[in-house]
Amino acid sequence: MTTTHDEHSSGVAPPNLLAPGYRRFFTGRGAVIASSLSSVAVVVALVSLFYITPGSSEVRFFFFHLADMGRAFLGDPAKGLSSVGLAFLTNIWMCLLCEIIVLVLGLTFAWVRVSRSAVLLPVRVLVTVYTDLFRGIPIILVIYIVGFGLPALNIGFLSHQSPAVYGCISLIVTYTAYVAEVYRAGLTSVPNGQILAARSLGLTQQATMQRIILPQAVRTVVPPLLNDFISLQKDTALVSTLGAIEATHAAQIYASTEFNFSGYTIAALLFLILTVPLTRFTDQLMSRDRNKRLAQQS
Amino acid sequence: MTSSDILSFINVRKSFGANEVLRGVSLELQRHNVVCLIGSSGSGKSTLLRCANMLETIDGGDITLFGQSLTDPRVDPDLVRRQIGTVFQSFNLFPHLTVLDNLTVGPHYAQRRPLEVVRSEAIELLVRIGLESRAHDFPDRLSGGQQQRVAIARALAMQPALLLLDEVTSALDPSLVGEVLDLLSELADAGTTMLIATHEMGFARDVADRVAFLDQGVLVESGTPSEIFDNPQHPATQLFLQRVR
Ligand SMILES: Nc1ncnc2c1ncn2[C@@H]1O[C@H](COP(=O)(O)OP(=O)(O)OP(=O)(O)O)[C@@H](O)[C@H]1O
Ligand SMILES: [Mg+2]
Repeated sequence: MTTTHDEHSSGVAPPNLLAPGYRRFFTGRGAVIASSLSSVAVVVALVSLFYITPGSSEVRFFFFHLADMGRAFLGDPAKGLSSVGLAFLTNIWMCLLCEIIVLVLGLTFAWVRVSRSAVLLPVRVLVTVYTDLFRGIPIILVIYIVGFGLPALNIGFLSHQSPAVYGCISLIVTYTAYVAEVYRAGLTSVPNGQILAARSLGLTQQATMQRIILPQAVRTVVPPLLNDFISLQKDTALVSTLGAIEATHAAQIYASTEFNFSGYTIAALLFLILTVPLTRFTDQLMSRDRNKRLAQQS
Repeated sequence: MTSSDILSFINVRKSFGANEVLRGVSLELQRHNVVCLIGSSGSGKSTLLRCANMLETIDGGDITLFGQSLTDPRVDPDLVRRQIGTVFQSFNLFPHLTVLDNLTVGPHYAQRRPLEVVRSEAIELLVRIGLESRAHDFPDRLSGGQQQRVAIARALAMQPALLLLDEVTSALDPSLVGEVLDLLSELADAGTTMLIATHEMGFARDVADRVAFLDQGVLVESGTPSEIFDNPQHPATQLFLQRVR
């Protein structure tokens, strides 16, 4: 250590700590200019690339034809074309309804799985089998099984529902399994010392869960839950396979009647309008969470 | 055992698998008593404390709280724990609750006492530990010493019959140990009944009514601080004190 000190006191120049000029340009106001320029350049490059591909004009006609996009969006009852825009409302209510039920059921199932109560043992086994099953089966198969199986069973009102209802049942059944696992991971991530402290205060098992474990678990669990919510929104499109008139199905009808796929583009845009803000929000939450954890560790 | 005993360990045995951790430990704690439990690492101090608040079940002997056997199957562990305040080495404050809510969560949700009452009691406790200005902060804003003082106040908020403290200064920066030990001395002066596992010999000498030395699960010697520290009888005690000095 003393040698370092000696070097400085004996007149050796201090090390240079300044970044080179071009790097300094990229911080502060320079950074804004640089990033805007590069963004414009990338977009222009991508669009021109698209335009010079051999099939560009066909693709533009079949997928990005503005008139067709407008017509698909609004629909045309005279020609039997359903509106992709209206049909998208079906996607929205399906995903909202499913999400609410999934959040409640998923939490209940997770709660059952982490509880140590002896009375709940058989339920715990059932729930475990259930989550293993539905995390393992591709959702499209669940939709087929529920959508074609339940009606075939011929059991009263359960067999006489609309395709959208069967679709929702399938989504709920599958996503409850995912979400239960997310919740469970959150619940078990709470440190054991927290449970010891709570029990030492004489809080009952249930109060410990409710007041101490759950509130801490929910925080860690919000971003992954939002991710599952985004997937759920997209997976409502799969319900089209049962014939429910949602956005994808409406676009399909348009495509097969008018021989133009611009309806699909409109449907994709509608999904993006819904999912992109949520995705951004989730990412922000996650990075804020990570920063907080880093701050705590230091 | 006398009638003024709050907590008695009677020939307590506890094993983890083949590892016999407590081998017939007997110890009494009377009202207003401060007993310090010393002994090398692994001697069973923490285990003994955990048996007292029923976080561990014992394999033999008995533990009584106010003369009632804790091995009685009708005993509700939650009710036992409400009589016993526990403070841990690692604080274990609830990070999602403010300092004030850390203090009120037990009295309100375990004892079911009205929130206004437990809040004003909690504020009084915070005044007592000198942290009333931090009532609405979250624990991660506090220093380690402050957090441990809050943890002690959280235990006191339950108005327990006695406090169990397990090496409550071991996780602290040396500069922060003093404030916590000072608080414990104040509590001792105020007549709080405490069973303290500690490696702080100076503190044990100052504050303890009795010091008990645990060696490999056997309570080999107990007595007043001067008996234990100035004139230890058992060779194991002598060896241990030589090493820690
Ligand atoms: N849950 C457990 N399972 C198995 N063994 C355990 C468990 N808890 C403690 N032990 C063992 O019991 C023995 C006594 O441990 P204990 O924590 O009571 O010692 P201690 O005196 O508190 O030590 P320290 O001063 O390091 O805190 C040790 O050998 C430890 O490995
Ligand atoms: Mg210990």
